[in-house]
Amino acid sequence: MEQKKHAGGICAGRLSKDEYAKNFSDSHAPLNRVQAVIEADRCYYCFDAPCTTACPTGIDIPTFIQRIAQDNVRGAAKAILEENILGGMCARVCPTEVLCEQACVRNTNEDKPVEIGLLQRFATDNYLAKPGTPLFTRAASSGKRVAVVGAGPAGLSCAHRLAMLGHAVVLFDANPKPGGLNEYGLAAYKTVDGFAQREIDWLLSIGGIDVKSNLALGRDIVLDNLVRDYDAVFLGMGLAGVNAIGITEPQATGLRDAVTFIAELRQSRDMATVPIGRQVVVIGGGMTAVDAAVQSKKLGAEDVTIVYRRGEEAMSASDYEQNWAKKNGVKIKHWSAPKEILAEGGAVRGVRFAYTRAENGKLVETGESFTLSADMVFRAIGQTYEAAPAGSGLSLTHGRIAADDEGRTSHAKVWAGGDCIYGGRDLTVEAVEHGKRAAISIDKSLRGRVAP
Amino acid sequence: MADLSSNFLGIKSPNPYWLASAPPTDKEYNVVRAFEAGWGGVVWKTVGEDPPVVNVNGPRYATLLSQDRRVIGFNNIELISDRPLKQNLDEMRRVKRDWPDRAVVASLMVPCTEDAWRNILPMVEDTGCDGVELNFGCPHGMSERGMGSAVGQVPEYIEMVARWCKQYSKLPIIVKLTPNITDIRNPARAAKKGGADAVSLINTINSIMGVDLERMTMHPSTDGRGSHGGYCGYAVKPIALNMVGEIARDPETRGLPISGIGGITTWRDAAEFIALGAGNVQVCTAAMVYGFKIIKDLTDGLANFMDEHGYKTIADFQGKAVSTIANWQQLNLNHIEKAVINQDLCIQCGRCHVVCEDTSHQAIIATLNGKRHFEVVDEECVGCNLCVSICPVPECITMHALAPGETDTRTGKKVTGQFANWTTHPNNPMREVAK
Repeated sequence: MEQKKHAGGICAGRLSKDEYAKNFSDSHAPLNRVQAVIEADRCYYCFDAPCTTACPTGIDIPTFIQRIAQDNVRGAAKAILEENILGGMCARVCPTEVLCEQACVRNTNEDKPVEIGLLQRFATDNYLAKPGTPLFTRAASSGKRVAVVGAGPAGLSCAHRLAMLGHAVVLFDANPKPGGLNEYGLAAYKTVDGFAQREIDWLLSIGGIDVKSNLALGRDIVLDNLVRDYDAVFLGMGLAGVNAIGITEPQATGLRDAVTFIAELRQSRDMATVPIGRQVVVIGGGMTAVDAAVQSKKLGAEDVTIVYRRGEEAMSASDYEQNWAKKNGVKIKHWSAPKEILAEGGAVRGVRFAYTRAENGKLVETGESFTLSADMVFRAIGQTYEAAPAGSGLSLTHGRIAADDEGRTSHAKVWAGGDCIYGGRDLTVEAVEHGKRAAISIDKSLRGRVAP
Repeated sequence: MADLSSNFLGIKSPNPYWLASAPPTDKEYNVVRAFEAGWGGVVWKTVGEDPPVVNVNGPRYATLLSQDRRVIGFNNIELISDRPLKQNLDEMRRVKRDWPDRAVVASLMVPCTEDAWRNILPMVEDTGCDGVELNFGCPHGMSERGMGSAVGQVPEYIEMVARWCKQYSKLPIIVKLTPNITDIRNPARAAKKGGADAVSLINTINSIMGVDLERMTMHPSTDGRGSHGGYCGYAVKPIALNMVGEIARDPETRGLPISGIGGITTWRDAAEFIALGAGNVQVCTAAMVYGFKIIKDLTDGLANFMDEHGYKTIADFQGKAVSTIANWQQLNLNHIEKAVINQDLCIQCGRCHVVCEDTSHQAIIATLNGKRHFEVVDEECVGCNLCVSICPVPECITMHALAPGETDTRTGKKVTGQFANWTTHPNNPMREVAK
């Protein structure tokens, strides 16, 4: 066992069973009841609360926290879930430090906001553990049918709200399991014990949502037909493309997309079977880079380095995420751009980087370079929207679907939301809001309240 | 360095903190621990006639808690001492002998007959204790047997028993008053009339701590039934302060020594009681929540406060705030205050706005130039102090008094600086006409 730990190249089983279990357990322990009640007591119950304004889904945060304080977990969960049906997952993955918790007025005097994310998790976890009678029920059938493409956060949110409003929903997804990034993205330690599927099972229990898996838009289903066969269509496919590094990439083992690595980890039942390099380089500066890097470390990689071409403040991973990476032994190297992937005998051996600096806002290379040895290199420099599967009927803005505030696209019967539309911050919580708003808009439209 | 020593009715103690007659002073073991910790004196747990009473074996205590389980209020249904009289008296004698510099006061509760009091007082006096406190206050259990608050609620009984006690004992007599009464001045006057040397107050308040909603039984309960208990602890302090103040400023009882009791938890609470006229203070709940060690903080804080203000002895500030308590009709209606929000301290919670908007005078704006901003509108502010009271940041909102010559923009009237109260106000049909 010990020998494997430091073995060169890519191999599985670097750690002991206990180490894997520890490394991939819940990364942030949930609050127990005592902790939750004490933390809830810190909430000032602000007027027109800044945290609520900062929440993309507009959860009435003081209300749900007050309900926790009053030992009314069901009521707390309801306040969360009626605005954000995936409030359980958002409690785990939201960058609260730049959303609700950043807005908390406690920061002014204490630099310590109310732990809104953890409280939200307390409420939703405890509710979902024992849901009792349904919180949400369906309105009388409208007789309308809506196709929702993509069972990620946007699609699930849209489908649930449409079902509530009385419409029949068919929810298509290209993958075997619904959930999108909730199921195939995200570091495994952020959502342990099959939470994503449990949450989705509960969401779908409202009824009226027919999930059709393994059906991809553009391959198995066609937008024109959906438009013809359904009263409305919602698109929430997310971003299927991965950005290339922008240099010649050799055909070599060890050079991978971070997103597929993350998905593979999430689907793997035994972390001991997931191969990882001894030296890992992750190119990029977002959450995906952090998730890939930290998980590499937790799989037993000896050296893991995130390399980003600009400075710390330009990274899209929040300070909190960056610190999390550092805490887990990941090195972050700024101001370095990849120049060459070094390979030997069909295997990655390292990456040569050019040092960079900003000159009048523009990134330039300094002329110096350095090389990092690596047997695994992850691309994590962003995902792109693949427009082809949806056909050419939709207007795009900056390469993503153009949609208004209600999610209406250039096609009268098509709405869209989540990462595939232009203008968002690619956050789970935003996708949920897009889905919700689109559902409300679709409902209005189908009921003829607003001319489509 | 401040001198904390206390002389109450000639009873000396190294500090003005006595443990009140209650479970913490039930027996020698506890009292010795208290004296070791530094308490100035004790009023021994109330003793009565033999055979001793019997307590329930279910819960005697319950609490009203904050969210983080700090005790706000406390109640109990414990009766007087359930140990034989002789045992209590023997222990009292020993403790007084071993701790001569500390105050040991006996609390008594016997039936309302002259014989009963004539009988017990010599036995108590024989212990060498420093004084006697008459328990006319306990509202639970004993009151059903015609003792405790059942006596304290009838001024004539108070006067009668106090007189017997002065007749049959040389010891200083303190009458402990029940707050379960409409006007505390009447029992205090009766105590004075009966010759009592002092009053101590407040005893506990009738209370039910709560209801167990799962079992649908009052809480706490013994075998499915509960009985109202005596409420005390921090939450009763304002009630106690008022009653102490009422007695201190009543012309008929002015100067009657007062031992202040009721929710004293910190040195500040004690200082407030003393400022309203108490000669010393008694503490129970705080000790039952934290243990006897708190005496160190109570004395240290009080000494520092006295040093900072140049008070050398307790007497230097005793009663210093009494004259500021007035009847409402004596308040100056020409005095105008406005709330002011310190924008540098404001954390933007907006609670001042919403409570003013919803429940008061719509005098705090929530936005300025489209931005979140909380500011008092003087034209609407009546100076009610609600915003100050609920603001989570200390000193963020304060009251500012308008100086003579300034105009109250709410009424358009200039502040004259002239005193005028309700007794002469034109709206008062009963006003006193200037002579």
